[in-house]
Amino acid sequence: MISTRRTLLAALTVAGVLASVTACGGGSDSSGTTDASGGTYTFWDPYPQFDASSPWGKRVAECGTKAGVTVKRTAYDTTDLGNKALLAAQQGNAPDVMMVDNPVVSTLVEAGILNKTSDLGLDTKSIQKNIIGAGEIDGSAYGVPIGANTLALYYNKKVLSAAGVDPASIKDWNSLTAALKKVKAAGKKGITFSAINTEEGSFQFLPWFWGAGGDLTKLNSAKGVAALSLWKGWVDDGLAPKDVLQNTQTTSWQEFATGDYAFGENGTWQLGNADKAGFDYGVINVPGQSGGSAPVPTGGEFVTVPVQKDTARYDVSKKIVTCLTNDANLLASDTTLTYVAPTASVQAEQVKQNPKLKPWVDAVAAARGRTSGGLGTKYPTISQPMWTAVQAALSGSKSPQAAMDTAQASAQKN
Amino acid sequence: MTIARVDRPRRAPATAKASGSDALPLHRRQRRRSRLTALAFVAPLIAYLAAFYLYPLYRNLDLSLRDYTVRSFVAGDAPFSGWDNFQKVLDDPTFGPALRHTMVFTFVSIAFQYVIGLALAIFFNRRFRLAPTLRALFLIPWLLPLIVSASTWSWMFNSESGVVNYFLHFFGVDAVGWLTSPDWALTSVIIANVWIGIPFNLVILYSGLQNIPAELYEAASLDGASAWQVFRRITFPLLRPVSAITLLLGLVYTLKVFDLIWIMTKGGPGDASSTLATWSYQLGFGTLLPKFGPGAAVGNLLILIALVFGLLYVRVQRRQEA
Repeated sequence: MISTRRTLLAALTVAGVLASVTACGGGSDSSGTTDASGGTYTFWDPYPQFDASSPWGKRVAECGTKAGVTVKRTAYDTTDLGNKALLAAQQGNAPDVMMVDNPVVSTLVEAGILNKTSDLGLDTKSIQKNIIGAGEIDGSAYGVPIGANTLALYYNKKVLSAAGVDPASIKDWNSLTAALKKVKAAGKKGITFSAINTEEGSFQFLPWFWGAGGDLTKLNSAKGVAALSLWKGWVDDGLAPKDVLQNTQTTSWQEFATGDYAFGENGTWQLGNADKAGFDYGVINVPGQSGGSAPVPTGGEFVTVPVQKDTARYDVSKKIVTCLTNDANLLASDTTLTYVAPTASVQAEQVKQNPKLKPWVDAVAAARGRTSGGLGTKYPTISQPMWTAVQAALSGSKSPQAAMDTAQASAQKN
Repeated sequence: MTIARVDRPRRAPATAKASGSDALPLHRRQRRRSRLTALAFVAPLIAYLAAFYLYPLYRNLDLSLRDYTVRSFVAGDAPFSGWDNFQKVLDDPTFGPALRHTMVFTFVSIAFQYVIGLALAIFFNRRFRLAPTLRALFLIPWLLPLIVSASTWSWMFNSESGVVNYFLHFFGVDAVGWLTSPDWALTSVIIANVWIGIPFNLVILYSGLQNIPAELYEAASLDGASAWQVFRRITFPLLRPVSAITLLLGLVYTLKVFDLIWIMTKGGPGDASSTLATWSYQLGFGTLLPKFGPGAAVGNLLILIALVFGLLYVRVQRRQEA
């Protein structure tokens, strides 16, 4: 008798404790939403480097004030933001406005948590087709790009002139490899890039993959293998260092900034650091296999409006998005972020202010979204096998053909 | 335990009476109150276990048994798929190498950690002047945040500018691709992990050595035993219980090592140094399109392996106590 009562009591206590724990969870959720409807709108972005007193932080706050609300801004690490957004949506407290890296847009659309720009009545006509393409699924856009960045080849003028290489002579892969050999013969190092086993590695490999005419749905075609063989040849011949396998784009930049390397494949966002590097540098577009500029992948964030239960909130969210993406603010934001603006008029303005941006504007014009061309959420399942293949080939555990065959098989399975 | 001790003095006379005659309502009320007090004492622990142990474990199991896509993750309507995720994981070409790497990583790490830890413990047990200082210095790997030590190892092992290759260069040895060659990557992370694990072994084994009575050594030296004989016949056998616990705890700790490998190689190049722990993370969070189901399945397999070793530990401990 006593023992049954004791177990009963214990069970009741446990149940009570559990209930109170869940009640706590529920309570904080509901308080979050009531908070927001009281004139506070939540805003997420991947720029933790900018605090509230930075020009970016002030601009976001200002756009809120103009729309008649207070904006509560939270900055997350960019690799974290996608999963944070999924979790928030699952809990029913997604932010009102969210800026996400462009390849994440298709994942979030797949999850059904983003609104179409056409449903919100946002105007995206003036935005360049290839830039907004990264945020389009089945012909509808799900966000407004704040700007775009992309990859090109930085070169060290002193190293090249010492090796007797004219940067203007680099038109295709052969002339580039020839230049690297000359640099090596002159006792300097050739090229550095990032071939790490994360999305960054795929991002850096794509200009070469696409520059050979490769197709992401056929990784193991001769064209894709040619791009991988080019990289492998460089590493095997000592034209590129072995540690590209570990390089992030940041550490790859640090290598280039030592002044020993002739070339570094890196992005628009390094322009500020390039001026501080202490040597003369130039920028050329990544060459295609047989000439011309290779298509490069677009980077950069989209301003999106996640789905809310309370649809009345969209009006204000729309005002905030429009404010952040109007021409005057785009110019200011893209200057802060060193992005290329997504509209032709603002690009012209940017080049007028800073002529060094000219090659980048050209590169962006030739750029492609990674998830464009109907790939959408198939892209992540191709990208992961692709970076694994790059790693396998460069480290010598597989031949480029075998590595790409494995990658294709694994991409098809998903 | 503590609870019983706390209210025993107060309750003692009442219990004595109650057992002698029919329980009076007053006594019963008193007893119920004391039971409630007892429960109130246990409640925080139960709440803690439920919130931070049972619930996550249940969620992880639930994730691994359902077919989660990003859409159904948000909507919360993922269909039950039984063992599909586990089947998918077991059929994946990454599974075999990941399991093998996990085992090699765990057992080789532990073997070296234990042997070096034991050698150092015996060395420091000889009480020379600098012993305490040196022993404290040996604890540094344990005190450093893992991100610091792992990043430092990764710089030291850098194939271009790392200090290890620079050092080898002096001896005319060619540069080794410590973290960039598929033949060396696993070895490199094991070396770093051994370095991190030595202090743990050193501390536990050293304290075990302190408990061996000095008379035994005195007797041995009177009998003219050599250093090796002393170790084989006295130190090692008397250290066996401590050794067993050190090894088993080390096993459970090493199985789940993730941060070190992720910081140094991210499981690469290719999947040359990927273990079950890094693979699970890779599946769940490493790509733009998370695969929560298979990721959770790998995590559960890892928990299962750790559980087997955990039970082994409990058994060994019980046998020692008996």
